[in-house]
Amino acid sequence: MKAVRLTTPLTQEALRQLKAGDTVLISGTIYTGRDAAHKRLVEALDRGEDLPFNVKDAVIYFVGPCPAKPGQVIGSAGPTSSYRMDTYSPRLIEQGLTGMIGKGLRGPAVVDAMKKHGCVYFVAIGGAGALMARSIKQAKVIAYDDLGTEAVRELVVEDFPVIVCIDAEGNNLYEQGRAQYQRA
Amino acid sequence: MRTITFEQIASAVEGLCIKANTQIGADVKEALEKAHAAEASPLGKTIIGHIMENNAIAETEIVPICQDTGMAVVFVTIGQEVFVEGGLTDAINEGVRRGYEKGYLRKSVVKDPLIRVNTGDNTPAVIHYDIVPGDKLHIMVAPKGFGSENMSQLKMFKPADGVEAIKKFVIEAVEKAGPNPCPPIVVGVGIGGTMEKASFLAKKALLRHIGHHSEKEHIAALEKELLEKINNLGIGPQGLGGNTTALTVNVETYPTHIAGLPCAVNINCHVARHTEIEL
Repeated sequence: MKAVRLTTPLTQEALRQLKAGDTVLISGTIYTGRDAAHKRLVEALDRGEDLPFNVKDAVIYFVGPCPAKPGQVIGSAGPTSSYRMDTYSPRLIEQGLTGMIGKGLRGPAVVDAMKKHGCVYFVAIGGAGALMARSIKQAKVIAYDDLGTEAVRELVVEDFPVIVCIDAEGNNLYEQGRAQYQRA
Repeated sequence: MRTITFEQIASAVEGLCIKANTQIGADVKEALEKAHAAEASPLGKTIIGHIMENNAIAETEIVPICQDTGMAVVFVTIGQEVFVEGGLTDAINEGVRRGYEKGYLRKSVVKDPLIRVNTGDNTPAVIHYDIVPGDKLHIMVAPKGFGSENMSQLKMFKPADGVEAIKKFVIEAVEKAGPNPCPPIVVGVGIGGTMEKASFLAKKALLRHIGHHSEKEHIAALEKELLEKINNLGIGPQGLGGNTTALTVNVETYPTHIAGLPCAVNINCHVARHTEIEL
């Protein structure tokens, strides 16, 4: 399987080329955020405040990394379960978010928002946090420092390995892959 | 009476926390190798290959296999002839505190389930004590990630529902969990006892060596049938399709009441961490 190389920001034009099942290597800047950070981002939007990063054409990675050992950029950093962000994701997609990296199922409201506004859901390999940390070249906390592992970080990644799970047309590899291998 | 000190216990738990989070068990390694050879989906095979590569990096560099280094679940079997100098629970929590700090492990525990402020040191642990004859102290640390823990289920069946209802319940729990618990998974099932006993048994079932089936013939047969049916679901590695959804299904049982048939399902990811020591 040949991987598609992708550089952020992820524009609408670029994301329309991606299809469920594509393996992708992402390079450039991505942002981290999980449960508590998402709650704060949406609360900021509710108050009419600016977000701590430009969400337009941005890719967000649902991760709470381990602390970095001396000499490391970041500790182990695999994806966390995405469904916990389902309450918040449509709001960020409306604001121009074009990519999400996580693992596991997404709800219908998220998929509807992805199709309506143009956004792709990538999955990374759950549990492979040591391997994925190798593709992270820089990491910096840019907001919500008090949340510790849940703080928003700006990551610079190089050839970060992911798979397109749900594309902007709503094609879903979880459904297609399972149907192909299911036996009665 | 044999005396074991606070420091001996804290130091042992510290080491176990780091080891469990950075070294995959030999049984899991072997199960992944077999799954890699047998997986029909090319993408699934690639994913299992990446998981194996990840485990090798973690072991060599002494870094966590997964960033969710879990809530520390500790199983303690204490001989009634053991005297612990200093509090046993305090010693275990001190070990967890040190292990998570020294091992650069993620602190994932919040002090109050509703207020949700991180305790900053991954304590308290969830500790299960079992008192037995003798003068030995056995400690097992099983860090539990919540990607899989959140997919757990419990149901109180009627005796008339029988084994067929249990099979359906277990398979539906795995089906509903789908990709969320990071398949290939280890499935722990607890049948019998009371509500909380069934949940405890399901957790305990996760700790059994992969490849060892129940000594009870009818339970071993149930484990094999459930594994086959789960792998026929097609969920596959990371839920992206394939014939490796679970590495094993382990079932633990306990006597129960004439009116009841409790059943709990506890799911573990492919990391399936646990390591032990005898003092």
